[in-house]
Amino acid sequence: MTGSYDLLIVGVGGQGTILASNIIGEACLSEGRTVRSAETHGMSQRGGSVETHIRIDGKYGPLISPGTADLIISFDLLEAVRYSHFLKKGGVIVSGKDIVVPTSTFQQGLEVPSRESLEEMLSGTECYIIDAVSAALEAGNMLSQNIVMLGAASHPLPVKPGSLLEVVKKLVPPKTVEINSKAFEIGVREGKKQP
Amino acid sequence: MAVRYMLGNEAIAHACVEAGIDFASGYPGTPSSEVVDTLRRQKVRDFYIEWSVNEKVAFENALGAAWTGVRSLVTMKHVGLNVAADPLMTSAYTGVKGGFIILSADDPYAHSSQNEQDSRVYAHFARIPCLDPAGVQEAHDMMAAAFSLSEEFSLPVLFRPTTRVCHSKSDVELGEPADDRRKGIFEKDPKQYVVIPAHTRILHKKLNEKQAALAKRLVELGFNRYEIKGKTGIITSGIASEYVNEIVPGDVSVAKIGAYPIDEEWLAGFVSKHETILVVEECAPVVEEVVRQVACGTVVHGKKDGCVPYEGELDPASTAAAFEKAGIPYNGEFPEDISPAEGLPPRPPILCAGCGHRATFYAMKKVFGNKGIYPSDIGCYTLGLQLGAVDTTICMGASITIGSGISNAGDENPVVCTIGDSTFLHTGIQGLINAAYNGANMTVVILDNRITAMTGHQPNPNTGVTAMGDPSPAISLEALCRTCGVSFVETIDPYDYVTMIETFKRAKETAGVKVIISRQPCVIDARRRGIKRKHYFVDTETCTGCGVCVKYGCPAIEFIDGKASINSLCSGCGVCADICPQGAIRPEVKR
Repeated sequence: MTGSYDLLIVGVGGQGTILASNIIGEACLSEGRTVRSAETHGMSQRGGSVETHIRIDGKYGPLISPGTADLIISFDLLEAVRYSHFLKKGGVIVSGKDIVVPTSTFQQGLEVPSRESLEEMLSGTECYIIDAVSAALEAGNMLSQNIVMLGAASHPLPVKPGSLLEVVKKLVPPKTVEINSKAFEIGVREGKKQP
Repeated sequence: MAVRYMLGNEAIAHACVEAGIDFASGYPGTPSSEVVDTLRRQKVRDFYIEWSVNEKVAFENALGAAWTGVRSLVTMKHVGLNVAADPLMTSAYTGVKGGFIILSADDPYAHSSQNEQDSRVYAHFARIPCLDPAGVQEAHDMMAAAFSLSEEFSLPVLFRPTTRVCHSKSDVELGEPADDRRKGIFEKDPKQYVVIPAHTRILHKKLNEKQAALAKRLVELGFNRYEIKGKTGIITSGIASEYVNEIVPGDVSVAKIGAYPIDEEWLAGFVSKHETILVVEECAPVVEEVVRQVACGTVVHGKKDGCVPYEGELDPASTAAAFEKAGIPYNGEFPEDISPAEGLPPRPPILCAGCGHRATFYAMKKVFGNKGIYPSDIGCYTLGLQLGAVDTTICMGASITIGSGISNAGDENPVVCTIGDSTFLHTGIQGLINAAYNGANMTVVILDNRITAMTGHQPNPNTGVTAMGDPSPAISLEALCRTCGVSFVETIDPYDYVTMIETFKRAKETAGVKVIISRQPCVIDARRRGIKRKHYFVDTETCTGCGVCVKYGCPAIEFIDGKASINSLCSGCGVCADICPQGAIRPEVKR
């Protein structure tokens, strides 16, 4: 067996999933560990469902098979459910509590699942639901939601929070270092509140 | 030596710099685009880089450069290699002087492609070596070695990463950038470079004579290797070998094919020592066919007996399933009874909020209706499928040619095809020349957003800057279309709904080939350049909840509690205000 810690970061194109995965990858490197990941490219800027596979201490291919992921970090509650079959028994989901309603529902008149029904669908798994919008606003910018989520997910992640924060400071635009560092700390705090 | 966390394509680009690359050309296509994008942004080595108008042009440019003795690279995706197939086949005959690498990235599972073809087959067809990396580190290392291999055999080398190599990241150990320079000097040698039949017959023989030594060399270089551990063996290639290594038990032998042509004698040496062989590879059964040819008394499993799927990409679970079918034990647990949650609304990629293409499609559909026939092309605008305005898509440039075929076959419904600016310059223009000259009756809508958007905003001759960001005269699409023999050439602004409708109506009433250029910069690109417009809002008292704006399909428009609403994605194009029958949508005014 590989012994890798396997996680998926999922969300909607444009939410900053790739930056979040880069931070985790760089943090692994700073701890001298191997890491493999696979990203969604191409149509990711166009509001589609996106996924990044990351295998911490991974030595083989970058893909994670359904039913084997240790952790799913989702920036959107609907996407958390969409990818939940990737989770292994006993795995953890850390998800934002909001939903970007897919445009397809308005065009095709489909029912938008309620937050309650989605939470119900996740009830069989250990799940942290984070109010990323409020946390990001508290930090000072809506756009820092991805860093909030990273902070919240730092509890189950087998990477030191300090390593993650150092890389956050390095990879976000220079002007936003302060806001994003705060967003990370608030995320850590919100993650701690969870069961 | 430095260890970096890098994308496969970035690592490949770095390896080219290490190898002393002097010339790079390409046409963007997912998953290959970031190779040239990385090269043009790097500051370590100064050399010639271009985005070409199509893959054949890119190929021939790079081939010409290689004939002058410099090291050159041409990049494309697998379907782009079809466009460059003509020079590819003959370049194997002429050979090269400086190292020449043809990077053709394959896309198993067609993540963003129209098919799942296998570039290894092209290499076999052309009789040139093919390198098939299994991961980011190997992609780097193989690319660094590829240029020398090309020079050693004076042959073009096909480099074939797949999506999961190009768009993977991993810790990768890099080498030092080269600082030696070569200057291109073309030495005349008609017997090598003029492929008249008398020369070609000799060149073909020479090409064939290189094959045996080449196959042996690929084993010597360690690209093809094996380890014998028991009576059962796996033969695998490319990224599939990573999935195999992850699950293979310790007493099962593994042979890894990283390069082609495969030395058959060497392969037979491996196969003959086993009772059972399973061949695990993505796309076409390229390795399996050779294994079956050399297997004598050994049982061979693979695609041909249904153990490995022909379609899609592999992963650890599907590789384990192949082991299972072949009766070979594996490590790891992959739960079988797993299905995704049902009943969730789909979230396909859609045209951006404020994208000019959406407005153009909407107006076009309004005028030409459901009876209109809408051939389209490869680019963001293929997403017009969701607006019911895309009836056909086959390959780059085929909207105009398929459209004129339908028109000239006698269908009397209006034919209205859509094509992007980059795609028009790629291979659309030949279709326009042909349609105008041969008297087709059709409307060609050029969706001109001034950039090659879908692959990540690479410039093209319509953009007005080169790959390196230097200003260059932008071509005039209007003048170009008139020169092709089209007299009806109109330019519209897709944010001006009323004029757009009027122009489409005039085109409908006019016989012959009509070109309408719908011009508005890509919204992502415009935002990056700081273009800001006022957001729009819905006056909920005037809104009757008719849903016309919602059907328009802009992700900025939502429907909440029976009324329309505009969210923060609004880029201020204002088209929804024009289509609202109640006049309930207006620009926000600061008070």
